[in-house]
Amino acid sequence: MQEVAAIETGKAAALARRTRRAGLGARVSAALLVAPLFLFVLVAFAAPIGAMLKRGLEDREVAPVLPRTLAALEGWTGTALPGDDAFEALVEDLREARRAGTLPVAAGRLNHDTAGLRTTLVASARRLAQPFDGPAREAVLRADPAWGEVETWGALVRARGPWTDFFLLAALDLRRDATGTIRSVPPDQAIFRTVFARTFWIAALVTAITLIAGYPLAALIALSRPGVSAVLLFMVLLPFWTSLLVRTAAWMVLLAREGVVNHALVALGLFGAPQQLLFNRFAVVIAMVHILLPFMVLPLYAVMRQIPPIHLRAAASLGASPVAAFRRVWLPQTLPGIGAGCLMVFIQALGFYITPALVGGGADQMLPYFIGFYANQTVNWGLAAALSLLLLVATLAIVGLYGRLVGFSAVRTA
Amino acid sequence: MRRSLLAAAAALLLAAAPAGARDLTIVSWGGAYQDAQREVYFRPFSQATGIRFVEDSWDGGIGVLRTRVQSGNNTWDLVQVESEELLLGCEEGLFEKLDFARIGGRDHYIPEAVHDCGVGTILYNFVLAWDRAKFQGTPTWADFWNVERFPGKRGLRRGVKMNLEFALLADGVPPSQVYPTLRTEAGIDRAFRMLDRLKPHIVWWQSSAQAPQILGSGEVLMTSAPNGRITNANRTERRNFGIQWAGSLYTIDSWVIMKGSPNREAAYRFLAFAANPAVQARLLPLIPYGGTAKGANDGLPPDLLEVSPTNPQNLSVSLMIDDQFWLDNLDRLSQRFNAWLAR
Repeated sequence: MQEVAAIETGKAAALARRTRRAGLGARVSAALLVAPLFLFVLVAFAAPIGAMLKRGLEDREVAPVLPRTLAALEGWTGTALPGDDAFEALVEDLREARRAGTLPVAAGRLNHDTAGLRTTLVASARRLAQPFDGPAREAVLRADPAWGEVETWGALVRARGPWTDFFLLAALDLRRDATGTIRSVPPDQAIFRTVFARTFWIAALVTAITLIAGYPLAALIALSRPGVSAVLLFMVLLPFWTSLLVRTAAWMVLLAREGVVNHALVALGLFGAPQQLLFNRFAVVIAMVHILLPFMVLPLYAVMRQIPPIHLRAAASLGASPVAAFRRVWLPQTLPGIGAGCLMVFIQALGFYITPALVGGGADQMLPYFIGFYANQTVNWGLAAALSLLLLVATLAIVGLYGRLVGFSAVRTA
Repeated sequence: MRRSLLAAAAALLLAAAPAGARDLTIVSWGGAYQDAQREVYFRPFSQATGIRFVEDSWDGGIGVLRTRVQSGNNTWDLVQVESEELLLGCEEGLFEKLDFARIGGRDHYIPEAVHDCGVGTILYNFVLAWDRAKFQGTPTWADFWNVERFPGKRGLRRGVKMNLEFALLADGVPPSQVYPTLRTEAGIDRAFRMLDRLKPHIVWWQSSAQAPQILGSGEVLMTSAPNGRITNANRTERRNFGIQWAGSLYTIDSWVIMKGSPNREAAYRFLAFAANPAVQARLLPLIPYGGTAKGANDGLPPDLLEVSPTNPQNLSVSLMIDDQFWLDNLDRLSQRFNAWLAR
């Protein structure tokens, strides 16, 4: 009896092994099929973005250029000027850096921190290259009086690296003073909290308007006869196939002072003279709504098409008023579509760059504009990366919140 | 475009040839401007001297030049740079110090075009421009700020550089005192207060092409603009835009010889050729940038003289952009400007 059981167990084990092997084979081939896409995403997407975001956290430009000075500043409290050894180390570092030609990058980084430090560093290096008599401290202070200020040394310490919160703090309108205490930047330098709030507000506004405009449209398409709904769907998709830039430029033509809309408004007698419709928040929102509308309509339409028409008829036959039938039968069934559409529109709206840049005014620029500004204009990649990182984290937080509140399983897209 | 492709292909072929056999490589901004340079400078120089050249183009940025020199793999000889790159690159030793005796001497050029490491080749301005069809007369920066007397929107570039200068000029600061004033905190505050006054009436443009566009579409009554864009709009789109030279800001692009260039001799011969005022004057009909050699405006017909930035009448009322000031302060003032704009 026991032998039979052993044989049976052996058979079962062999079967399990075979099943496992077959399962393994399937998994391996599945993995191999996915591998090209996975590698592509890794190489072309995850790695470069990761490398860029890392720049917002690291600070490696100053340390190799001023190693002795930073060593001498180890343990410095930032309440008074550092000791003579720091001044002596600075002279050595500057001479060395000037010989090696490594000064410019460090000087550029320090100028992002404190205006004029680029010149301070370069001019001091030039003046201190000559031999001098007397103590290093006096020579350094002669070379540039900025070295007599605690904050100049504080800037060196802040740029010590290799890791830093300097850029992240700057992206939140904060900075550390020489003693390391975090403080708000002066009001005339504070900008990013406003920009974050504005970015999320514009994105939310655009999402709300696309929902209000897109919901009836999607319902109309879903409830029309097949021939009509195909035409309507085509009209929704047509602008979808046009370049974003072209659609934005079209709005510039429409809304210009001597454009079609103004002519129509004046001809209708609504305004005595043409109004400024471009370069303001109104133009940004209307152009973004137009561009993003298909992303709201399509998921709504996909969900609405699945709702059997007899549900509404059944509700009516059971005595529900049209409003009650809509509210209690139709609307709840479209919620997944609303969720998917809002999520897609909102996240895309957060990243809008070219549309606000072209049709917006000074106070309508969104975060991506500033990321571009710091990457291209002042070449402060650390700050650009920190802003990107914060935008990414905030977006992920919103997506996560959505997942907690609504659940991703409820999201259905076309 | 095709020509520069050919030139690039030629450059590639030549890069494959043994070192030392490289032709003189001239690098400029590409586009319509480099096409004009080819007609005016490159080809005639090659025909006159028999020196062969290849072209390349770039978009600026000191990092590009730094990498080329430090990598030891630099294939550029003569490069056209903006004033900021000239300043930084000279400081960093990326360029050869120029021997002006070989290219006509320092006095051969207008003083602003002479630098230890480079020689100016074009001078261009950022001017107050308006549409003569809509505004009679010649507005000044004070008029630009006076929206009560001249109602209408005003166009300015979205950015802090130059707008602070214009604001102070509008407030009555003499041109020579603009940068000394900006070097004080009170001066910067004063400029921002002026911008405050105008803020509700400003339409911000971003790329140079937008300036004549918002002027032409009637979006603004007056705007700041690069002089070249305005003259080009008048030439090619039959606009009737006016240019106010008084209180305009100018900057200079220079030729530099890259450090260690094996073609230094040829480069000097090119610079000597390009120093000829008669040669420089030929650029103006093609593209309205001013020649930097003294006498480059002599004998020009009135319509060209009127749009030439180095016409002494235009130049004497213009102010040179202070690159050192902006190198030091661009980071900080951009931040303040962006915060101001967001309010």
